[in-house]
Amino acid sequence: MKIKVVRDILEANQRIASENREIFTRHGVFVINLMSSPGAGKTTLLERTIESLKDTIPIGVIEGDIRSSIDAERINKLGVPVVQINTDGACHLDGNMVRECLRELDLSPLRLLFVENVGNLVCPAEFKIGEDHKVMILSVTEGDDKPSKYPLMFRESSVLLINKIDLLPYIECDLERIRASARDINPGLEIFEISCKTGEGLDRWYRWIKNNLAS
Amino acid sequence: MHEMSIVMGLVDIIKEEMERHGAKRLCSVRVKIGKLTAVVPEALNFCFDIITKGTPMEGAKIIMEFPPLKAYCIDCNKEFEIEEYVFRCPSCGSEKILTDGGRDLSIEELEVD
Repeated sequence: MKIKVVRDILEANQRIASENREIFTRHGVFVINLMSSPGAGKTTLLERTIESLKDTIPIGVIEGDIRSSIDAERINKLGVPVVQINTDGACHLDGNMVRECLRELDLSPLRLLFVENVGNLVCPAEFKIGEDHKVMILSVTEGDDKPSKYPLMFRESSVLLINKIDLLPYIECDLERIRASARDINPGLEIFEISCKTGEGLDRWYRWIKNNLAS
Repeated sequence: MHEMSIVMGLVDIIKEEMERHGAKRLCSVRVKIGKLTAVVPEALNFCFDIITKGTPMEGAKIIMEFPPLKAYCIDCNKEFEIEEYVFRCPSCGSEKILTDGGRDLSIEELEVD
């Protein structure tokens, strides 16, 4: 016997992500799902961003890692609320993991919430968590071929931050190739070149956040 | 390896549909996988075999369909297929295009006893 079905395989996650989105909207919290390979600079970007914006914008952070609380400890030093999720092996965050965190995180005082996803250039792009925007980091040391090799994350992101540009004199990386291939995949992608070490280019990133909070 | 999460979603839906229709055994399941999903067919089969062991789904075949990623250009009204992940009209170069289906990840049909 054949049974016609036609259902979204990820429907359970989509439902939870939509509910999360409603919760965030009700609290007036703007949510950024931050994704990249391991070591591209997600936590350092968050440290920089929090230091620069926390006096004017109430910020919270959810830290996703397979294990350890190293990142949450780094964020905690900056005096903003942070919750650590350990996925115990899972390579990405999903709607339910983020929902569980909301029990420990008071959204009422917050205006901006960063969710730092598990370091991975593939899987996190597939799962919604209730975010307003996906933002990804690609560091120049990873190579300029990455948009073509891992198109989904570049397609799903609203912003691409090209990090570690202070290292460009020492490596072979063609920024124009990154920009062109990323825009083939996603013509509307905002691209900012930054160095979290020197602070270069971060102003444009902060402006993007502020503009989105204002709208 | 997020295919395990995907297979868990798949198996939940199959179980629900089999119970609803009083099915005893799953022979095959047909799924549609959009070109913009990052799903590796081998990993999907591997995870499905592990998860369904000892259940009425054990041994069933996953029939995977990969529909082409179609697009329509708003500026010149051309219909085309997206290839090599270039989201731009091949005729006029416009970026104002509508795409259809790339993110599909759906279960279409079950064959059961």
